[in-house]
Amino acid sequence: MSDCVVVSNLTVKYGKHEVFSDVSFAVESGDYIGIAGPNGSGKTSLVKALLGIIPVASGSISICDQKGNLLPVGYLPQKSIQSDPLFPARVREVVALGLLADKRGARFLNSDDRQKVDLVLHKLGVLELANNKIGSLSGGQQQRVLLARAMVNSPRLLVLDEPTSALDPRVREEFYGLLGKLNSEDGVTILLISHDMSSIGKYTKKLLYLDRGIVFYGTYDEFCQSEAMGQYFGPVSQHQFCWRHGHEVR
Amino acid sequence: MKYVELMLEAMQYDFMRRALLVGVLIGLSCAFLGTFLVLRRLSMIGDGLAHVSFAAVALALLLSASPLLISIPLVVVASFAIMSLGENSAVNGDAAIGLVASFSVAAGVIIATMARGFNVDLMSYLFGSILLITNTEVLISALLSVAVLAVVIFFFNSLFAVTYDEEFARVMGLKTSQLNYLIGILTAVTIAIGIRVVGTMLISSLIIFPTVTALQVARGFKASVLIAALVSVTCVVLGIFASYVFNLPTGATIVMFNAGAFAVAFVIRRMSLA
Repeated sequence: MSDCVVVSNLTVKYGKHEVFSDVSFAVESGDYIGIAGPNGSGKTSLVKALLGIIPVASGSISICDQKGNLLPVGYLPQKSIQSDPLFPARVREVVALGLLADKRGARFLNSDDRQKVDLVLHKLGVLELANNKIGSLSGGQQQRVLLARAMVNSPRLLVLDEPTSALDPRVREEFYGLLGKLNSEDGVTILLISHDMSSIGKYTKKLLYLDRGIVFYGTYDEFCQSEAMGQYFGPVSQHQFCWRHGHEVR
Repeated sequence: MKYVELMLEAMQYDFMRRALLVGVLIGLSCAFLGTFLVLRRLSMIGDGLAHVSFAAVALALLLSASPLLISIPLVVVASFAIMSLGENSAVNGDAAIGLVASFSVAAGVIIATMARGFNVDLMSYLFGSILLITNTEVLISALLSVAVLAVVIFFFNSLFAVTYDEEFARVMGLKTSQLNYLIGILTAVTIAIGIRVVGTMLISSLIIFPTVTALQVARGFKASVLIAALVSVTCVVLGIFASYVFNLPTGATIVMFNAGAFAVAFVIRRMSLA
């Protein structure tokens, strides 16, 4: 497996306030990483820096394939649900926004683009909603549409920031099932931010735990064997987490 | 029949044809831009810039220069000032509009007091005087309106992306800050040419009313822009004719038709929800 994302000595600051410093890690192609950490630990800032939304103070980020070509990235932002029911945007119009990265100049869309939109809507099971106003959909449907927007340009890397925080447990389960299929069947590398350690432990393959720097990065087996993690989280919490998710505890 | 005859009679006059041409083009520009401004909750930027245009017109009259040529650069600078103040976390966006607008009105009043001779002219810019528009103003207004429409159509998808989700637009590689300034320039130009139609006091209504009316009934973004354009043009045309037929002030009459259109759309939406 080749590295898909390589982050070296990354530091992010807002003005004089340092969010985190000296973060280094690599994500292999086809990986499914859960990014967790307490509030203010720098999870969202990390992915925003990865995506170029915020500037980095120092360090480097590379999101490339084996040949060094820049990979297409899909992004599902935090609080991305448009709560305004008056916002006049059809599902098709919203999903088509995910194709603008490949366009230049006027960024007009053509009939191929419309086919791509319909294909991804079909794949995510929301094609019948294509002409609906996005504000009229349920939270789960809206999140599927926004996942379609992130997936429409066939990204090799998908970054999701708290995608299920507004969903009920049943819809959340369905959504994680969808992500699992994208990862296992289509080989899409996924970085998933969540404050919900339980969901992350259940669905992702590796954990990256942040607290103004990397506290832990590795598989859940490694997490459960780590004495340092036992001291950080407390041995009882670590044991409970590992037992619940079927990992052998040290 | 009597009203139709009066409308046909009106069309024989040059000033009516000029008013209709400029009114329709400015109505279209306002509706196209209004959709982006209203959905980004920047409706009041139009009102703020209209206040700036009041000061700009007063200055132009003091200098005996063309109000249009003085207004455009000053209003563009003011729109940049509002946006950069708003980007600065020390001043909220609406407070930035308030600061620039009240400063401009104060400057306009001081200029008007210093030069007492042109207060009648200034009044015509406060409430609009589209029927008095000159051929040169028609030409400049038509060219600028067409330019505004062309730029909006060219950048339509990018502007929609920034309006719907600015952060996602940035991830898509769009230069969101430049697009925001582009919206500011287009708004400033539209306001500067639009004050001839309805005046500085009412120009923001041309931006806000058609869009809010369209939002009551439209399901898609493109449909919303097209409905806003249709509403705007219809109200401008009806307003100009009605002002001729009933001898009413043109700008205010256009706004009244817009208010009526909004009321109808609002009722339609309420009935469809019931």
